[in-house]
Amino acid sequence: MRHIFSKQNRALLSELVRTDFKLRYQGSVLGYAWSLLRPLLLFVILYVVFVKFLKFGAGVPHFPVYLLLGIVLWNFFNEMTVQSLGSIVGRGDLIRKIRIPRWIIVLSSSISALINLLLNLVVVVIFMFVNHVDLLRTTLWLPLILLEVYLFALGLSLFLSAAFVKFRDINYIWEVILQAGFYLTPILYPLSRITNLTFQKLIMLNPMAQTIQDARYSVVTHQTDTVYRVFQGGWYEFIPFIIVIAVLLGGLTYFRSQSKYFAENI
Amino acid sequence: MADEIAIKVEDVGKIFRLPHEKNVSIKSAVINFYSRKRTFEKQQVLKDVSFEVKKGEFFGIVGRNGSGKSTLLKMLAGIYSPSKGGIQINGKLTPFIELGVGFNPELTGRENVYLNGALLGFNRKEMATLYDEIVEFAELDRFMDQKLKNYSSGMQVRLAFSIAIRARSEILLLDEVLAVGDAIFQKKCYDYFKQLKKDKRTVVFVSHDSSALLEYCNKGILLEKGQVLHRGTIEMIVNEYSDLLNEHEEQTPTTSKSGNKKRWGTGEAKVIGAKVMGTISGKEKMIFNDEDQEIVVRVLYKANKAVPAPAFGITVLDAEGQRVFTSNTMWSKVSTKNLSPGGETEVIWSIPNAFNTGTFSISPAISDPSGTKILDWLEDATMFKVRKKVKSLSYINVEHRIEIL
Repeated sequence: MRHIFSKQNRALLSELVRTDFKLRYQGSVLGYAWSLLRPLLLFVILYVVFVKFLKFGAGVPHFPVYLLLGIVLWNFFNEMTVQSLGSIVGRGDLIRKIRIPRWIIVLSSSISALINLLLNLVVVVIFMFVNHVDLLRTTLWLPLILLEVYLFALGLSLFLSAAFVKFRDINYIWEVILQAGFYLTPILYPLSRITNLTFQKLIMLNPMAQTIQDARYSVVTHQTDTVYRVFQGGWYEFIPFIIVIAVLLGGLTYFRSQSKYFAENI
Repeated sequence: MADEIAIKVEDVGKIFRLPHEKNVSIKSAVINFYSRKRTFEKQQVLKDVSFEVKKGEFFGIVGRNGSGKSTLLKMLAGIYSPSKGGIQINGKLTPFIELGVGFNPELTGRENVYLNGALLGFNRKEMATLYDEIVEFAELDRFMDQKLKNYSSGMQVRLAFSIAIRARSEILLLDEVLAVGDAIFQKKCYDYFKQLKKDKRTVVFVSHDSSALLEYCNKGILLEKGQVLHRGTIEMIVNEYSDLLNEHEEQTPTTSKSGNKKRWGTGEAKVIGAKVMGTISGKEKMIFNDEDQEIVVRVLYKANKAVPAPAFGITVLDAEGQRVFTSNTMWSKVSTKNLSPGGETEVIWSIPNAFNTGTFSISPAISDPSGTKILDWLEDATMFKVRKKVKSLSYINVEHRIEIL
């Protein structure tokens, strides 16, 4: 571990993140504001359609904040995996000409996504004030929940970025999976809208569903169906965590086995 | 300490697997995928390569294009991993083999300095202390806050080079591409190489420039088709290398006929062909060594129209395209006869063999009497090689005496 975060590696990581940030909104008038505006605009659209027109949030207290938190977390997951997926291939010029630890590249794009997430969470906090959401003591759990989302996304990122070097179809496949995931995760709708209990349980096995619901439970309202409530005890509720660990270890192993050949395969 | 080994390469092989992209239809792609019969072409780029570099050595890797030099260098840098065998490196190594790696055109010069520094293992604080020195060395004071895309390529190389030489690694890998840019910059590069040699730093230098190799390196290996053909002192390696080139060129037919050569001129008269010989009456000759006093060049010209008293000339160029010798009848005040249409004439130059070891090409030309209107200029009409026993780094290499009083 000491080697992994050696002085050189830290310097490189911070420089890569800096570069990412400088380049991302280059040439745009609003610049960094876009990283806040994008999820906010998406939120407004979804809010108008699903809350105002379709009345999805009936019965859930503080539904706008509830919805926003879900969108912000999903957005982070989406952004981090998509950016990391192309990161190794995108930095092919570096990889072919210099020996740097390959994982630093994936880590740097994950950190830019993480910084965006933190900015977005500031917006969530502002909305909480506007919406008069009471500060819950369970909010203290949030960092752990975010860590879980991050590790899950990191495992996937490592796998996807390494696989993309060899199979350039991965990004299209992943796009479809993300689209499906967005609708199969209770982001727009409260879980209670799904009346079939088996489906409810299946949906909650997805780590993203579990973490989003957990985050809502601990920050917005205890009236959230979490994985523990859906399964009512039993070892099934650990499945999402097992998936996260498996994905992380699998991603790491695959990345390590492939990283030796990045330079020649890109 | 002096004999400590810096790099040990043992029995290294590298095989690239190049997939055959012949899956024309989706159907065949699917079938190939399921039957697991994805065909690969295995290309053995390096085979059984072993050598050692001791600390403080300036080590040359020599070879023709495609001999595996770059792959070997990339493996030393840790960019590729060997398919077979092992590489041991004792000491910190520069992780890059090219200048300006990671330079981003959208960032300013200043930002790129920090980014490039991070790739070399410097953090921001360390870079801040080096920054002024780098800018001063690159002579880019006024440009540091401009985006890199607005730099000329020479400026980019200068900046990259001034960062690269701050690397504190014990072992340096240098590709010959380092020495690009204008003459002043090249001098800086070579000064840096000299400094490295003086400081007894361990350097692995890849090149096929014999004079640079002879000047800086003390030992080396010669690669051919992925294998080590020779290893030893650099003088031996360079000699073997030029033998290798000669062998190769003798196999490929020398084209002294004017085939697809570049030529220009009005075409009123033409250069038909050129021959190189040891004596005026002798046979055609290709390689000249210390025993050969003269190099005789015979050029045959033919007029298509009537040409009054034309001027005939030749230019001898070295392998880098530098003019080594020029001569024409006008400057030499040799009077020429009028050429009638269809008339041929042969002009013979006897040049003392003062050339240094190398490969030279001859471009004959014919012009009007004043030398202003070129009737025909034929590039690379023929070529010859010179091998001299005594080492020299300049154009001229003649027998001479040195006396110590």
